[in-house]
Amino acid sequence: MNLSLKTPGAIAPVVNLVRGENRREQVDILFRTFGLPLIGLVVFLMIWAGAAAKIETSLGQFPGPTQVWHQAEALYASHVAERDKAEAFYERQEQRIAERLADDPDYEPRIHDYPGKPTFFDQIITSLITVLSGFLIASVIAIPVGIVIGLSNKLYSAFNPIIQILKPVSPLAWLPLVTIVVSAVYVTDEPMFDKSFLVSMITVVLCSLWPTMINTAVGVNTVSSDLLNVSKVLRLGWVTHVIKIVLPSSIPMIFTGLRLSLGIAWMVLIAAEMLAQSPGLGKFVWDEFQNGSSNSLARIMVAVLAIGFIGFLLDRGMLALQRVVSWDKSAVLR
Amino acid sequence: MSESHLELSGVDIEFPTPKGPFKALDDINLRVDRGEFVSLIGHSGCGKSTVMNIVAGLHQATRGGVILDGREVDQPGPERAVVFQNHSLLPWLTVYQNVELAVKRVFRKTKNRREMREWIDHNLALVHMEHAAHKRPDEISGGMKQRVGIARALAMQPKVLLMDEPFGALDALTRAHLQDSLMDIQADLGNTVIMITHDVDEAVLLSDRIVMMTNGPAATVGEILSVDLPRPRDRLALADDPAYNHYRHEVLTFLYEKQKKVESAPATARPETNQTPPAAPEPARAATGEAGRKARETTA
Ligand SMILES: Nc1ncnc2c1ncn2[C@@H]1O[C@H](COP(=O)(O)OP(=O)(O)OP(=O)(O)O)[C@@H](O)[C@H]1O
Ligand SMILES: [Mg+2]
Repeated sequence: MNLSLKTPGAIAPVVNLVRGENRREQVDILFRTFGLPLIGLVVFLMIWAGAAAKIETSLGQFPGPTQVWHQAEALYASHVAERDKAEAFYERQEQRIAERLADDPDYEPRIHDYPGKPTFFDQIITSLITVLSGFLIASVIAIPVGIVIGLSNKLYSAFNPIIQILKPVSPLAWLPLVTIVVSAVYVTDEPMFDKSFLVSMITVVLCSLWPTMINTAVGVNTVSSDLLNVSKVLRLGWVTHVIKIVLPSSIPMIFTGLRLSLGIAWMVLIAAEMLAQSPGLGKFVWDEFQNGSSNSLARIMVAVLAIGFIGFLLDRGMLALQRVVSWDKSAVLR
Repeated sequence: MSESHLELSGVDIEFPTPKGPFKALDDINLRVDRGEFVSLIGHSGCGKSTVMNIVAGLHQATRGGVILDGREVDQPGPERAVVFQNHSLLPWLTVYQNVELAVKRVFRKTKNRREMREWIDHNLALVHMEHAAHKRPDEISGGMKQRVGIARALAMQPKVLLMDEPFGALDALTRAHLQDSLMDIQADLGNTVIMITHDVDEAVLLSDRIVMMTNGPAATVGEILSVDLPRPRDRLALADDPAYNHYRHEVLTFLYEKQKKVESAPATARPETNQTPPAAPEPARAATGEAGRKARETTA
């Protein structure tokens, strides 16, 4: 009978409205889920446009929403153009190789990379790869360490001061150290990774370890004493105890830590890329800043919005993962 | 002197607190025979759970100790299974998996996979929970959770089953139902049971002996009452039974006269709370102390 039970949350009010149930109430819900955020957006754009018109910079007027939109389109167009050029480049190369091989079957072809500059979207991909690898490594270190520290009050007392001191260190302070250490230690003839990639990634690791570690430790430390008693009465071994009792009950805290860490990782990465000149969104911003053309400010604004939007998506991604992993499906996650 | 099944001798416990050590229990002595059903009753906060935790091995006595079948209890273990006051099921496991965790742990060397499965099903059937085997604890009612807690404890095949107010949080109907199931199960399996309760009727109906504790701090065994009612016991028939009512009366007298809960306010300030005085609280304590010693001697 009740269709709204089966329709997904956001569409339900629309469906109910069409079916003529509780008109007022449904309109109210629609207004709250779509209307209010829309109004917020419009107000924001108006304030932005108004303020931008009043700011004169050395590079001309501060870009308003329209200019930024045009630049976003331009960036996309240049990305498409660059892709076409690259495709053509590889096609020509293949053709040439085929011709050479026809003449001389012993010829060993070497494929050259396309020498063009990375586009805005290439930079986004680079940044995403860097941040996710850094975050993954940080989590793989932080969760086990957090569990071990959280299980023992003595270890917790021993490590807590170190963690508290390292936690607030800015990525900009780590960066020179990391750069120098990486150049000294990572010497191979056939590097699997770019040095610049390693530098930004390690900086991300160093800054995003701590929230996960602390939250995991606290979550592990505050497992309900009733459940600990169950484990004691059963005389569970260490591994079973951790897997069956400790981990499931600290999942919410671990995820709180992971989400904080991912947020920090993303912020740190942009700063690190800017300072270290390693490829990514941060470098894009820095290049535009150095470039100083009349379009630069609008392009930086595009990057700013992209950074914000990607950060938001990353957080939603973690939330979705938490929903999958968490045993408590009734918990309200936001 | 023959060795007893379970013996607490001279058990004291002091908890460290910021204001110095707090002596919760003082010289608890108790012997329990195999297959006996013993209830602990006493006012809230007197130390019943503490006694049980010491038997379970979750707390260490400051002085004295517990001996089970000739071996001193120094750590928790599945041969002293506990049914916790608030069920303590793992919320991320299903009913079946909760029992399975215990069964796997206790029988990993002696039962194969099929036998384990049968044993889990059997224990769930004992408490009539087989229909909800694949539900999570938050999908079943309070009484059902408590039943699963009992099934988990029974599935460990414990020498002693410890139950901390197992039915305290349940409505009267569910409680009566579970009490009957517990009596049936105990008649079948012959477990030794120590059960904490607040409920006088429950204590008399279920127990072979009722251990009545004095008020804390430094609580001890006040009186021990042997309940010689024939089994199986039927709650309806017993309601008019003079012997049953006599036992009930004994426990009530102990709780509400001899160990009347005194508030910390001085008695002179609130004379109306002192309506039942043959004795002021202190002499009452002394009297029961004496009675308790007598009781201990007779059971020893
Ligand atoms: N870990 C502890 N540290 C300090 N004091 C404690 C501790 N555990 C119990 N106590 C004290 O010991 C006394 C007995 O507590 P216990 O929990 O055994 O009471 P109880 O008889 O089970 O009460 P209830 O019927 O309300 O469950 C109380 O005064 C309590 O404050
Ligand atoms: Mg208690």
